[in-house]
Amino acid sequence: MTTDDGRRTTDDRRRTPQYGIRMFEPNLERRKALGVVWEGVALLAILLGIAMLLTLLVKVFVDGLPHLRPQLFTEFPSRFPDQAGLRSALQGSIWLMVLTALLSFPLGVGAGIYLEEFAPKNALTRFIEINVANLAGVPSIIYGLLGLGLFVRGLGLGRSLLAGVLTMTLVILPVIIVSTREALRAVPASIREAALALGASRWEMVRDHVLVYSMGGILTGMILALSRAIGETAPLITIGALTYIAFDLRGPLDIFTVLPIQIFNWVSMPQAAFQRLAAAGIIVLLALLLTMNALAIWLRNRLQRRW
Amino acid sequence: MAMSTDRHQHTNLFRSDGLRRRRQWEERTVRAALLFFALVSVLTTLGIIYVLLEETVLFFRQVSFAQFFLDTRWTPLFLSQRFGIWPLVNGTVLVAAGAMLVALPLGLLAAIYMSEYASERVRRVLKPFLEILAGIPTVVYGYFALTFITPILRSVFPQTQVFNAASAAIAMGFMILPMVASLSEDALYAVPNSVREAAYALGATRWEVATQVVVPAALSGIAAAFILAVSRAIGETMIVAIAAGQQPKLTLNPLESIETMTAYIVQVSLGDTPQQSLAYKTIFAVGMMLFVMTLGMNVASYLLTRRFREVYE
Repeated sequence: MTTDDGRRTTDDRRRTPQYGIRMFEPNLERRKALGVVWEGVALLAILLGIAMLLTLLVKVFVDGLPHLRPQLFTEFPSRFPDQAGLRSALQGSIWLMVLTALLSFPLGVGAGIYLEEFAPKNALTRFIEINVANLAGVPSIIYGLLGLGLFVRGLGLGRSLLAGVLTMTLVILPVIIVSTREALRAVPASIREAALALGASRWEMVRDHVLVYSMGGILTGMILALSRAIGETAPLITIGALTYIAFDLRGPLDIFTVLPIQIFNWVSMPQAAFQRLAAAGIIVLLALLLTMNALAIWLRNRLQRRW
Repeated sequence: MAMSTDRHQHTNLFRSDGLRRRRQWEERTVRAALLFFALVSVLTTLGIIYVLLEETVLFFRQVSFAQFFLDTRWTPLFLSQRFGIWPLVNGTVLVAAGAMLVALPLGLLAAIYMSEYASERVRRVLKPFLEILAGIPTVVYGYFALTFITPILRSVFPQTQVFNAASAAIAMGFMILPMVASLSEDALYAVPNSVREAAYALGATRWEVATQVVVPAALSGIAAAFILAVSRAIGETMIVAIAAGQQPKLTLNPLESIETMTAYIVQVSLGDTPQQSLAYKTIFAVGMMLFVMTLGMNVASYLLTRRFREVYE
């Protein structure tokens, strides 16, 4: 059964068993059923992640809640679990966060503004952009080695809070630059054109218009970057932030410790009581992070405008 | 008349040379300052390379390349010092591979679900959970690995050591999952609807469209996400410092105690090794190794998204 020029017809193929009849049937029912099964599996993958998160939170709260006493906030660390507290760690974390914010805000936002609003399209700009993208992927512990070589030893700052602040600023700088650029990009070009058409210089346009309208997004990114800084442990351990500090922090040149380092220290203790104390410390840390994230969401909803 | 004077004054205001010069000066100063801020990132990279190189060079004056790359034991803190890097690399790769076994399949499935199946409402409910998962400090994951995952592993496999690679790898996998999911989802999302519609028109089911059309179209983006995830796993510190142990050895058994490069740096930083000693310089040599490995992967990921990005209209 061939046509005149020798080709087989479609009809032909359907009837000839050796070409596999089933192959050309849509078989839709089975394929759809398979799709539903896989959809379930994919959903399960997300739910597994969420289940892990909930397990983690429940575990931390069950372990730590009984140890969440007032002494935890007022006492210095101690060899005795029932007398140990987070006082010096809390001071260190809050100081570190405030100073890092003061330093990284102008640096990060300034760099973001330059790249988004001023930079000419040339090789230098491309180099800076690639460099920022790459820095975002450098492990934080490498920044710790940088801080150790440059700030602790090079500038002779020792294991001081200031050395920690400088190191942490460099860690979160790429994050701030990226989020600032995104916030600036959300402002439509018409706003810029309107300002320039009225005779504003480029900087006046940025200062009085673009920056004002994108401040919500910029601040949100800033807070998220700081919440990363407050949970970051490795670079501070590397520059030598100590774990046992039994006096109040007096200034930026004092030695210091922070919450996650204190938690790490307690986790590493063999006694179970210290591990439960670590869980209590984690609750404090998570509460701090939650507050900051809530603030970020509130800011975003309040200051961000839609165009 | 009044109007014309008015206009005259304005004209004068804008023609004022002093004002214009001040504005130009301000413009130039601000531009220079902002450029400097942007260059801080370049200085950071240079600083990293300089610090690592300086100490690494000092290190290799005392230890030969052969000792570093050919020896199979790493014991710089013991009396009989040996400087073979491979046990640390082994530990690092073992944990990272384990983490990828968790993060890659789950992350990709999650991304497919989010991008191809979930309605806007479901996305809005699920997404924040993944974001929280990504925002939890790594020291918390370390605590979870040591106090929750390890006991479970030990009850299933009694030979499991208290500090082991597997529990760190599992915790790390869930830590990285949101990153894989979010980056892969971006890649899937960038595939235009016309491609999906074409596949539907040819009679494909939803799952077939997702896996046989959309995923292949987004493959370079997904691969870039995977590479970034590996790089992240290699550089991750606190989870392994808490849960994986401090015993550098050549093993593929995840239930044993190992040591990663990052955990070693932490161990020396916390210890009382004198800062001028050879043992102390090892952390910079190890840091250099770590930096080169992650840099290589980041660049590969960057080139992959650049080079093989499908451009749709």
